[in-house]
Amino acid sequence: MLHERIPNLEKLVEPDRVHRFCYTDPDIFELEIKNIFEKCWIYAGHESQVKKPGDFWAFQIGRQPMVMVRGRPGEGKGAAGSMRNGAIHVLYNRCPHRGVQVCGARHGNAGDALTCSYHSWRFKYDGTIESLPLPRGYENTTFKDYDCNMKRASRVESYRGFVFASLATDGPSLVEWLGPAKVAFDDICDRSPVGEVEVVMNCYRVIQRSNWKFFMENQLDAVHPSVTHESTGRAASEVEFQIQRRTGDKPLHYHMLSAFTIPFDKWDTLETYGYPYGHTVLGGYMGLRPQDPDTLEHERILAKAYGEKKKEEYLTRNIHHVLVYPCLSIQSPLQQLRAIRPIAPDRTLSEIWHFRLKDVPEPIYRRSLWYYNLVNSPATMVNADDLENWQKGQWGLASQGGDWVSFHRDYGRDKTDGDTLRSTNGCSEMPMRAQFKAWLKYMTAGA
Amino acid sequence: MAKTVRKKAAAKKPAAKRMAKRAAPAQANGKGAGLLQREVEQFLYAQAEALDEKRWGDFIGLFTDDGMYWMPPAPHYTTWEGMPSIFIEDRDLMTVRMKRVQHPHAWSQAPDWGTNHVVSNVIIEKVEPKTGEVHVRSRFHMMELRRDELRHFAGTYRHRLRLTKDGFRIKLQRVDMVNSQAPYEYVLQVWV
Repeated sequence: MLHERIPNLEKLVEPDRVHRFCYTDPDIFELEIKNIFEKCWIYAGHESQVKKPGDFWAFQIGRQPMVMVRGRPGEGKGAAGSMRNGAIHVLYNRCPHRGVQVCGARHGNAGDALTCSYHSWRFKYDGTIESLPLPRGYENTTFKDYDCNMKRASRVESYRGFVFASLATDGPSLVEWLGPAKVAFDDICDRSPVGEVEVVMNCYRVIQRSNWKFFMENQLDAVHPSVTHESTGRAASEVEFQIQRRTGDKPLHYHMLSAFTIPFDKWDTLETYGYPYGHTVLGGYMGLRPQDPDTLEHERILAKAYGEKKKEEYLTRNIHHVLVYPCLSIQSPLQQLRAIRPIAPDRTLSEIWHFRLKDVPEPIYRRSLWYYNLVNSPATMVNADDLENWQKGQWGLASQGGDWVSFHRDYGRDKTDGDTLRSTNGCSEMPMRAQFKAWLKYMTAGA
Repeated sequence: MAKTVRKKAAAKKPAAKRMAKRAAPAQANGKGAGLLQREVEQFLYAQAEALDEKRWGDFIGLFTDDGMYWMPPAPHYTTWEGMPSIFIEDRDLMTVRMKRVQHPHAWSQAPDWGTNHVVSNVIIEKVEPKTGEVHVRSRFHMMELRRDELRHFAGTYRHRLRLTKDGFRIKLQRVDMVNSQAPYEYVLQVWV
């Protein structure tokens, strides 16, 4: 039925333009859920979100309500996390008895066991049944063949503390699938002398009234900032200048907003990379290596932990932004992470997190915090205009005012290194083309 | 009968004494408790009107030079230092926000947009004996129209007001919304 309704997907995705149905068609959206979100590695959360045994955090993979649970030390096999601290399990948030969601809160601690609120079926943290009431009632029934365990995600893996789950029984391992995009997590963690981060326990959620791909395309779109965010860039530049005149100094965090006045040609000097599974990277150092005493102290700590050479390597990685397809946007130099969960063709939930580097002086954290407060909070002076654009974009694509979306800029000038696409200029629309190339592959796999 | 009345009055004396003590700093500023309550309320209404009438400069002018506007992500937060905030703005950052929404290319300002605040349940929590700073707690409801839709926000304001020669000025305004942790349909463009 589904396939009868969906036109030939190959005809919708050309190398340099894409049909509007990819963003608006409900059947195509359902196929995305099935073939992309419920097959790929999807971000569950960070290990530090569930520190103690029984801690849980609910989230969504495609259409599936899932829950990430920290197990007891020494218990559980094959899940992410260390045995010493207890493994991390990802379960379908559903009681096998009558289907009721077991974890009713968004996050919390399950107590002695995951317990269903309806009839008190109790489960270990790895989802295996522990007890149920009135067991005698099942004598001489076929219940012995019934699966009484909470269903587990097919695969759970963690890379440097970032937990992913996949509902597909087979496929590439997490590290293999991440490929060069794993640098996002290395770039976050290696800025700590112990190579670890801790989540800051606050997750903002903002609804985007647009297709999830608008978000993914926007993040590496280097032409939009100076247009979309002109008002904020100009306002921040003006006040930054006033402060400098008044005090002789300009606070570092103003740059996070005034940088939006950077003209096209400067963005164009950056490079972008596209990888086979759809991940993309915008190179370009975020200019956050000032020579103030706090930064120098941080560098000294890293040099002591890793040696001078490694420290330089870690602090000069060429990264502005990494997109892990299909659901993550990571700004590793500032330890920011946004995960998206598609709800409908024109509706997407974003979850916004940031992380604290372990054993690093407080002022370094305060920079990440400023970015989280100014750019990523629900009072953002930046995304206010992005969300407006995507909403208007969604309306435009739902109309019959035209059928195609153009990704022509710099088409034909992309470089190829093995299976990596590389644009030599930041304003190229190569990242969108690379994402759609991967999209088509996922969507037509097994068809 | 007269005896009973006297007894009641005597029983009430400690409470009255406490009240007199509480009102004393306000009286030191030349205000009785009733007058203080009225002036504080009028001030809160004026601030809400500045928002509803989009007089951003007037709104910012209601803060002291070191005044802060703070919206924590959840009610249990006790400081913004080293903690995430939905808003944490001094007058400079408020000025950035004002200049942004006034910029002709603030695209998100193109659709119809406006708010309506109601402030109520105004309670004077205390008056600092030394500084005369007034701590006020109140409740608000705000309806916001954006394009063709209404959004509803509600919560608690906590103002720390300083009396200056120009009247009250805000040293700190804390805003706790009941929906601070709920998903946001779109974002907050200006102060609530």
